[in-house]
Amino acid sequence: MSGHFEPLPGGGATVALDDVEISIIRSLAVQLMELIGPGPAAEASGDPLAELFAEGPSEPPADPVLRRLFPDAYGGPEEPASAKDAEQRRAHSAEFRRFTENDLRAGKRENALAVIRSLDGLTAAGRGGAVLELSAEESRQWLGALNDLRLAIGSRLEIGEEEDTDLLFRLPDEDPRKPMVMAYLWLGGLQETLVSTLMP
Amino acid sequence: MGSVTSPAPLEIERTESAEEVFAVPESDVPWITLVHNDPVNLMSYVTYVFQAYFGYSKDKATKLMLDVHHKGRAVVSTGTREEMERDVQAMHGYGLWATLQQDRK
Repeated sequence: MSGHFEPLPGGGATVALDDVEISIIRSLAVQLMELIGPGPAAEASGDPLAELFAEGPSEPPADPVLRRLFPDAYGGPEEPASAKDAEQRRAHSAEFRRFTENDLRAGKRENALAVIRSLDGLTAAGRGGAVLELSAEESRQWLGALNDLRLAIGSRLEIGEEEDTDLLFRLPDEDPRKPMVMAYLWLGGLQETLVSTLMP
Repeated sequence: MGSVTSPAPLEIERTESAEEVFAVPESDVPWITLVHNDPVNLMSYVTYVFQAYFGYSKDKATKLMLDVHHKGRAVVSTGTREEMERDVQAMHGYGLWATLQQDRK
């Protein structure tokens, strides 16, 4: 698999994708949307105000991918200095989560949805492929979605240290993680070239 | 011994009282946004985010990204708690691992 973005004159970016690549990206974006979930609107019984005032969760998500996408805002990798410190971090993170996580989830859903929409809008360019053209705004949505997809796959592959990435590069072909690693690296190349089209 | 140069006199006063006078009230200590290293985010992407969101120059954004990469974390912004919560939320939106804390040095 290859594929790299090139800048379009006047803003935006373009990439040629074959049918397999289109179907992989689309399928991953759909899975990401399913994992992020429908948001409070689904349970809001048609009341538009209910969504506005819906509070987010106060506990970190149980799923490791979601925990990576929506990390605690207070307290990094260092151990808390005391039990009191730990409790304070937990309480502040919970409050932050209640007021931000719904919006963050909505933003990530919109980015994934933008990816799915632009792929569905592609018309075949012969030989089982297509040329995708993104506006500057779509490029930013794709960039966010590609990053979220890589975070999700990286989390599933348990990439926690730089060395983990090196190990994954050298997996034997028969390793069951191999296809996911290939997708991860390929998405990295797509993201890298898309960033370079957006660099001011 | 005559005229040997004497070392500077040692500070022998107890410093407790001075600390009491100059202690900064907890609420006045600024807050900081920290971005933590993670092996998934691309270096180019992290630099892009620092430029796009904070409006930092390419040089400053690159230096902060390298700090994150080599030192494990970098302070990317300073301000009130509310401002830092906004920045952390934005960083999470971009997929960067960010936290806020009071800048106790």
